[in-house]
Amino acid sequence: MQMPVPNPAILARKAQIVRRLQSVLPADAVVHDPADTRAYECDALVAYRCAPLCAVLPRTTAEVSAVLRICHEEGVPVVPRGAGTSLAGGALPTADCVLLGVARMNGLLEVDYPNRFVRVQAGRTNLSVTGAVEAQGFFYAPDPSSQLACAIAGNIAMNSGGAHCLKYGVTTNNLLGVTLVQMDGTVLEIGGGFLDAPGLDLLGVICGSEGQLGVVTEATLRILPKPEGARPVLIGFDANEVAGQCVSDIIRSGVLPVAIEFMDRPCIEATEAFAHAGYPDCEALLIVEVEGSPAEIDEQLARIIAVARRHNPVEIRESRSEAESARIWLGRKSAFGAMGNINDYLCLDGVIPVSDLGLVLRRIGEMSREYGLDVANVFHAGDGNLHPLILYDANKPGDLELCEEFGAAILKLCVEVGGCLTGEHGVGVEKRDLMGVQFSDVDMEAQLRLKDVFDPRWLMNPAKVFPLVLTAGRRAA
Amino acid sequence: MKPATEAEVVECLAAASGPLRIVGGGTRGIGGTRGEVLETGGLAGISLYEPGALTLVAGAGTPLAEVEAVLARAGQRLAFEVPDFRALLGRRGVSTLGGVVAANASGPRRVQAGACRDALIGVRFVDGAGLVVKNGGRVMKNVTGLDLVKLMAGSWGTLGVLTEVAFKLLPVPEASVTLRLPGLDDARAVAALAAALGTPYEVTGAAHWPGQGTYLRLEGFSGSVDYRAGRLAEVLAGFGAAERVDGVARWQAIRDVTAFAGCAGDVWRLSVKPSDAPGLVARSGAQAVLYDWGGGLVWLLMPEGADLRAALGGFSGHATLVRAAAETHARLATFQPEAPPVAAITAALRARFDPRGILNPGLM
Repeated sequence: MQMPVPNPAILARKAQIVRRLQSVLPADAVVHDPADTRAYECDALVAYRCAPLCAVLPRTTAEVSAVLRICHEEGVPVVPRGAGTSLAGGALPTADCVLLGVARMNGLLEVDYPNRFVRVQAGRTNLSVTGAVEAQGFFYAPDPSSQLACAIAGNIAMNSGGAHCLKYGVTTNNLLGVTLVQMDGTVLEIGGGFLDAPGLDLLGVICGSEGQLGVVTEATLRILPKPEGARPVLIGFDANEVAGQCVSDIIRSGVLPVAIEFMDRPCIEATEAFAHAGYPDCEALLIVEVEGSPAEIDEQLARIIAVARRHNPVEIRESRSEAESARIWLGRKSAFGAMGNINDYLCLDGVIPVSDLGLVLRRIGEMSREYGLDVANVFHAGDGNLHPLILYDANKPGDLELCEEFGAAILKLCVEVGGCLTGEHGVGVEKRDLMGVQFSDVDMEAQLRLKDVFDPRWLMNPAKVFPLVLTAGRRAA
Repeated sequence: MKPATEAEVVECLAAASGPLRIVGGGTRGIGGTRGEVLETGGLAGISLYEPGALTLVAGAGTPLAEVEAVLARAGQRLAFEVPDFRALLGRRGVSTLGGVVAANASGPRRVQAGACRDALIGVRFVDGAGLVVKNGGRVMKNVTGLDLVKLMAGSWGTLGVLTEVAFKLLPVPEASVTLRLPGLDDARAVAALAAALGTPYEVTGAAHWPGQGTYLRLEGFSGSVDYRAGRLAEVLAGFGAAERVDGVARWQAIRDVTAFAGCAGDVWRLSVKPSDAPGLVARSGAQAVLYDWGGGLVWLLMPEGADLRAALGGFSGHATLVRAAAETHARLATFQPEAPPVAAITAALRARFDPRGILNPGLM
């Protein structure tokens, strides 16, 4: 993967830039020794690494503003970083950038139960938002699987989803306000403790903008009352297509599950060997979870099971207790660990119309044989968000490249059937060069104009989201 | 001008020599703008409806009523409960999907199901320079590229002319129950709504109509709705005895603000933190009010020409002038003036997407 050539003039001015940053930050908040900057050389897309010029770890919006003003004056690119859990390389540095980490900005600023929101500094972890309000019976709904580690700042940058977004939506549907610092240091306050922002929906534009528009330092988040309870049912099928049809029929039946998770045979076998969850021996299984009181759960599960029976399931396993629920979820939750135990893998994130699940899974199976690489599928079926895991051997020359080529072919297929390249991980550097598959140059030009407005000098999070050839003129200007 | 295709919209924009007033069905536009009328009603028709994927794609000029009828036949709906403001604003005409999106028009269920902008998953539009842009798509989850879908929702035709929109849908629930608490003053009513919205019983409507009552709506399977209505009444016992009432007409009246239809006076819309609302209303000088969204949305009937923003002084939130004489719209600004750095972004966005400044100039 290609990255822009670092600007030698910036590299040569490192000492001066570091001194200026030190003048506005405490000594421990500027990391510039090459032995220390290596800690920031990659995020969770570990195949690509590059240490930044230096890293800064501000604690307040005012410090972020001061840092950005200096970088703007110096013409230095800035790469914002939440907790570094991006699977798309959204926080991959360039050698001539200042990496701005928000991890020290983790304060809880305001909790308002009557109006159902919290205001946090954006470096706070996702799970600790729920942690701060759960004693009062509330939770923060978006739950990416990295929620123990990932930061709200990164969730906003990538518009993160999670297993429960079928019912509760993704980050953009649960975000009420942000403080955003533009590249020139200007502080914007957007939205707040009310439901709709005035004027143009800048909040909706900022959410999911992958650090292209500015640095989010504070966020107002909607909190929801916790449901009384939740229970899943596990349903096994003898074909992927049948399981896919069952997902569509459940959705049509009027029940709104909080989650519909799908696993295919390779994934079931790998997790069985790893976690011994006792899953049935079948081609595909669904885990469907519903919420409510015990009686409400019974009623919804009965309706789901009635739908499933029309598809001749191999097995139906309805949870009756917390322990049974935990066993049903055990395999799903250890799926990624199980796959990692077998081999290196690339995790994709394409989305397709739910109605095309069967077709797309069959095509992926055929491509798997053509490329000679195994694929396991485990994903959020209710909203068509696929996560094919392509297995490869990082030590075998050429295997990563082959794997990436196969991954690109799968994502092209997703777009062909009416879907998109990424449902919750973001584009980052990983899918940057595939954007032309989904968008025309004019479509992308409209997005570039949006960035022009917020970051006219194109210094924020360089070389992400858009193909480099499309942005070269703007970056050089 | 009434283009029948996207290509004709491009031609209209290319040929425009002055300002254009972008109109769907003309049922919900607010504020003043000028220019030759460009109607989008010709861009009609549902191009894709997949009940099993909960998705609909249609031309921006498709009548809302046609879409609602098609969805109803399959037991589905647009969950954000589109208001009908024809009586309130004294309009006739046929509401279109594009107009709904341009106004981000969202009713009482916004508290639970989200706004129009949350259900909108894809757009096609022609910008002020005549370029055809698509963003989003037809799938429920999509973080590919920057989100222009949200930007277009609620942009009142100032950034481009919508030609096609795609929505996420939800099933129509089997049953609906409405509870009414009588006799609460505004502050107690908003406290009751907050208490209800803080329970796990999934309230899908939370409104207070002074003099009429405080209303809560629950929807879902009948057994579940009965159970939750019972539990909710217990939680709210301190606010009085909740009675079950017929809800359909009541929620429609709240959604459409029919109480202010035909009344003399200006209509304002206030978006605030719910707990701030009663205090703000007390100093507003309003003749009548209606609280929706748990108190977070307040409709106010004000004396003609009165400046609500001046009456409130500094407050957290925003006020929109929805119905008034043209002179009042011109004098007070239809939309809440923005803080300078935000106003600079807004102006720059409009300049980028509408370089000639021809789309609904003067609006927003």
